[in-house]
Amino acid sequence: MIAKFTAGLAALCVLTGVSFAQGSAKPTDPQIAHIAYTAGQLDIDAAKQALAITKNNDVKAFADDMVRDHTAVNKQAIDLVTKLKVKPEDNDTSKALTKAAVDKRAELAKLSGPAFDKAYVANEVAYHKTVNGALETLLIPSASNGELKSLLQTGLKIFQGHQQHAEHVAAELK
Amino acid sequence: MTPRWILTALVLCWLGSVSAHAETIQVTIDKLVFSPTEVNAKVGDTIVWNNKDILAHTATADNKDWDVMIGSKQTASLVLKNAGSIDYFCKFHPNMKGRVVVAP
Repeated sequence: MIAKFTAGLAALCVLTGVSFAQGSAKPTDPQIAHIAYTAGQLDIDAAKQALAITKNNDVKAFADDMVRDHTAVNKQAIDLVTKLKVKPEDNDTSKALTKAAVDKRAELAKLSGPAFDKAYVANEVAYHKTVNGALETLLIPSASNGELKSLLQTGLKIFQGHQQHAEHVAAELK
Repeated sequence: MTPRWILTALVLCWLGSVSAHAETIQVTIDKLVFSPTEVNAKVGDTIVWNNKDILAHTATADNKDWDVMIGSKQTASLVLKNAGSIDYFCKFHPNMKGRVVVAP
């Protein structure tokens, strides 16, 4: 429990640390597009790991939903950046998110059965909370293109839904 | 004084027209919002959800009475069989909520 909390906190610190480090220089649209896409892709990867390991039907259904939704949103993101001729640009926030996710996957790979299910779903709650916080406080306010901002706003609503869904599944697992 | 049979006939016509015409009620889903959020209906009416989102949604009754899957960019319908005020939500995005008030 403490480990999960610490991991969540660390991820938050990573994100806020980056935003503080950048100070008044807000992330640019190409960076925001990269962060949003990366965050979605990392959740798809986490879901694929869950689908390979879990035997719990609720967890399977949740992971299926994550793959389906994030794939659909990322497809829309690609369509938008292509239309806007924006080239997503890698950045420290994307790198920090990726590193945290890779570490988490390695940690979860050591688990199985109910222990895996609980850890995966708890991380999904924490991960969506972190990403939603970043969307609300940093990415949406920083986006300068109206269409990108609007896609991020819809994304936020979707991911808030995922967070609630994950919380429901976590409650069922107890 | 209107003859009683005319009144009776009028009432029968009115009743007939009410019960014979089950209505179809449209609910649009756009950017994770059911709109209108609340609809009034009668037993026998049909609700059609029109999902404009790129995501699949569900209309799932809180009381488990019904559970309708609505694919992305698709419509799905349900004939209301039971009266009551029924709150519903999307299983995939539980922050999406709606209500159907079904009169007997």
